[in-house]
Amino acid sequence: MRDKLMPDMVTALKEAGLADGMAISFHHHMRNGDHVLNAVLEAAAAMGVKDLTLVASSVFPVHQPLIEHIKNGVVRAIDTNYMSGPVAQAVSHGLLETPVIFRSHGGRPRALREGSRSVDIACMAAPTVDRMGNVSGILGPSACGSLGYAVPDAECARHVIAITDTYLDKPLERVSIPHDRVNSIVRLDSIGDPKGIVSGSTSMTRDPVALAIARKAAAAIRASGLLKDGFNFQTGAGGASLATAQYLREDMIRQKVRGGFLLGGITKYLVDMLEEGLFEAIYDVQCFDLAAVESIGRNKAHQEISADTYANPSRRSCVDYLDVVLLGASEVDVNFNVNVHTDSNGIIIGGSGGHNDAAAGAAMTIIVAPLIRARLPIVVDQCTTITTPGKTVDVLVTERGIAVNPARPDLADRFRAAGLDVRSIEELRALALSIAGEPRKVAFTDRVVGRVEYRDGTIIDAIYMPA
Amino acid sequence: MAQTIPTPESSLGKPLRATAGSLESNDIFIALAPGEPGGNEITLESIVMKQFGPAILRVIEESLAEHDLTGVTVTAQDKGALDCTIRARMEAAIRRYKEARS
Amino acid sequence: MKHYRSLLFMPGNNPGMLASAGALGADAAIFDLEDAVARTEKDAARILVRNALTELRPEGIGVVVRINALDTPFWQDDIAEVVKGGPDFILQPKCTSPEDARTLIAAIEEREREYGAGRKPIRLLTLLETAAGIENAFAIASAHPKLAGMQLGAEDLTLELGAKRTPGGEEILYARTRLIMACKAAGVKSLDTPYPYVTDLEGLEKDAAFSAQLGFDGKTVISPQHVAAVNRAFTPPEEQLRWARRVMAVARKAEEEGKGAVSLDGMMIDLPIIKRAQLILSRAGEAPVSFTEDTAHA
Repeated sequence: MRDKLMPDMVTALKEAGLADGMAISFHHHMRNGDHVLNAVLEAAAAMGVKDLTLVASSVFPVHQPLIEHIKNGVVRAIDTNYMSGPVAQAVSHGLLETPVIFRSHGGRPRALREGSRSVDIACMAAPTVDRMGNVSGILGPSACGSLGYAVPDAECARHVIAITDTYLDKPLERVSIPHDRVNSIVRLDSIGDPKGIVSGSTSMTRDPVALAIARKAAAAIRASGLLKDGFNFQTGAGGASLATAQYLREDMIRQKVRGGFLLGGITKYLVDMLEEGLFEAIYDVQCFDLAAVESIGRNKAHQEISADTYANPSRRSCVDYLDVVLLGASEVDVNFNVNVHTDSNGIIIGGSGGHNDAAAGAAMTIIVAPLIRARLPIVVDQCTTITTPGKTVDVLVTERGIAVNPARPDLADRFRAAGLDVRSIEELRALALSIAGEPRKVAFTDRVVGRVEYRDGTIIDAIYMPA
Repeated sequence: MAQTIPTPESSLGKPLRATAGSLESNDIFIALAPGEPGGNEITLESIVMKQFGPAILRVIEESLAEHDLTGVTVTAQDKGALDCTIRARMEAAIRRYKEARS
Repeated sequence: MKHYRSLLFMPGNNPGMLASAGALGADAAIFDLEDAVARTEKDAARILVRNALTELRPEGIGVVVRINALDTPFWQDDIAEVVKGGPDFILQPKCTSPEDARTLIAAIEEREREYGAGRKPIRLLTLLETAAGIENAFAIASAHPKLAGMQLGAEDLTLELGAKRTPGGEEILYARTRLIMACKAAGVKSLDTPYPYVTDLEGLEKDAAFSAQLGFDGKTVISPQHVAAVNRAFTPPEEQLRWARRVMAVARKAEEEGKGAVSLDGMMIDLPIIKRAQLILSRAGEAPVSFTEDTAHA
């Protein structure tokens, strides 16, 4: 057996043939605790490599050193699904010469599979690796649970380096990425800070407005007629979304409903619902907290799935089987388009992640958002950036009323029959303005700093640099 | 007993500066202090500066005019307060300011 | 105006809370100038509350302001500002006698005259939270036609009694039933004390159910998280609602067709039956039965 273990990162990158202009990829399961992306770029910079394209499924605040690598010419372009923190702010202000390509969690594996996005080297954070190169996400000090977003990279990249802090002599019992997809292994002292990888516990919000929104969202799910045996459900980890899941849990217990699968980013609250027998299975593309990591390690009903299985639009993926998804918003416009890319000042604060994938697939897509956030109306005439097209969004739930997409009169009828406070989205917009006042429009330059690629590959919007 | 010289902060043992509000979200913190006679000087920081900066300044100016106050500096730190909150905090600060000087 | 199942206390100096008052599911909001506001912020809070009443008034729910007690230096200034905003009710803390209630009503009326006609008269709710207050319950309840209801305040009361406050509330049973009796006898609304253990939602369910069982008309709450459970406890069950809706439908039809007497399921639908149906519907927030009609006893 050829030993795949490399003495250090530079040797591994040289062996992989790293050269100017290449595309190197990263997954984001280490989230804001990630040490791998910074370590690889530091080695690449030391090697004098230039003009790399960074294909990272997400970029977090911990990746601040990337700013220097861009200024020094090591990195020339970014292809990602989500971006927050200092790098996102710097990009918003024109750090990169070429616009960032923003994809969705489903669009990224589609692009990798069809070859419209090629990757030379996948630099994969690997919590535990055995001598053969098998990778597991559930063991080791940097355990992150599911490695779902690493799968397409491992299968599509020309060369795969597994980067680990836990190297086993014996073969792994359970494998997320099989050894035949891994070309070499590099050891670091630590590939991640557990505090940043998973939060110890995701705590339930106490914000009264978020709880009020959650009550209305749970009532909307009740009234939709979708809450019956086999109900498939996805929720984000935002305050109002998680609180809605808690109210939904009470409804399911009361109505003796047993759901099908839970999908998406997994938290303790969803694990509890599985263990209480409220759902048959969790299909987990990413763990958000320690309880989820522990659960995926021990519970057979808690299954790891790849980004393809989760949301790839070129096949029938899990999102297509969703009954209800709950998603957040930075802005929602009167045509139900949703922005989770930029804030009201036009600064990049995120990206689709799975937002437009789940919205496209679910039978009912609910956006939960306050009508006004720090005086800024969330319902706007036109989104600063379109992340998710309005035709895939069915319902907006705010603390002051529910708006239903006119394309779904069936839902509006059901909600009204259940006594819910249904209003037109224009009415919600007018209400927000009457409370907050009319905000002045933020001015933009004509410089494009990002392009939003919809899950199917269509470019649906551009992100401009604020003036 | 040595005679004390009045400091800018205190003439009759009362502070000349008055504040109202807080730095909690949806609130505004207002500080009033003596300034150049004749006019008013306003310094504003806001988390919604781009969208509402001029509107907030207008409300502050209106409040000063309504209460016939000139010759003050106003320092305002806004955390997304609505107009009626800004007016309430200005009114409280102005009343406190006048009381401190009466 | 709806029947108030839940009345939610919110700090009078917190602009974010005041702005969201209408969205939290409570049938009424109580803007608090008393315990929730520090002594040094009383002046600022009453201005903020006045502006919230005039400019951010929550739609479709009742608005109450709790002012400071008569034995403080604050209550007259509170009245001077708050009456300008015209809340539906002013809640008087530490009310111990009918004179307390009449003193406050006179002060409110004086301000109302000063600020001009054309506004809806503000009515009074009193908070009984002393042994003297409980002992004078009926006299207070009958003190004035503008007194619309009374609330029990168990925290101060149990402190005065030297009683231990418990989730089960055995120590306040006498005060609760005494207050309900006085309210019913005088024809005003009876409102229960808040459940003080914020995170104990199970205890809250039991306490709210017990409160409804005793006959309280509604219950005050100190946390938005308590609103839904209290609304549930004070909402009649679905089969009662169905019955009440059918009674009203039959009664309306009879009236339209000019029939004198009608029956439903073999039961004569007469005035007491209609009143019971109306009460049930009003408790579910379905029919507009206002405080005014209920308390027009003078």
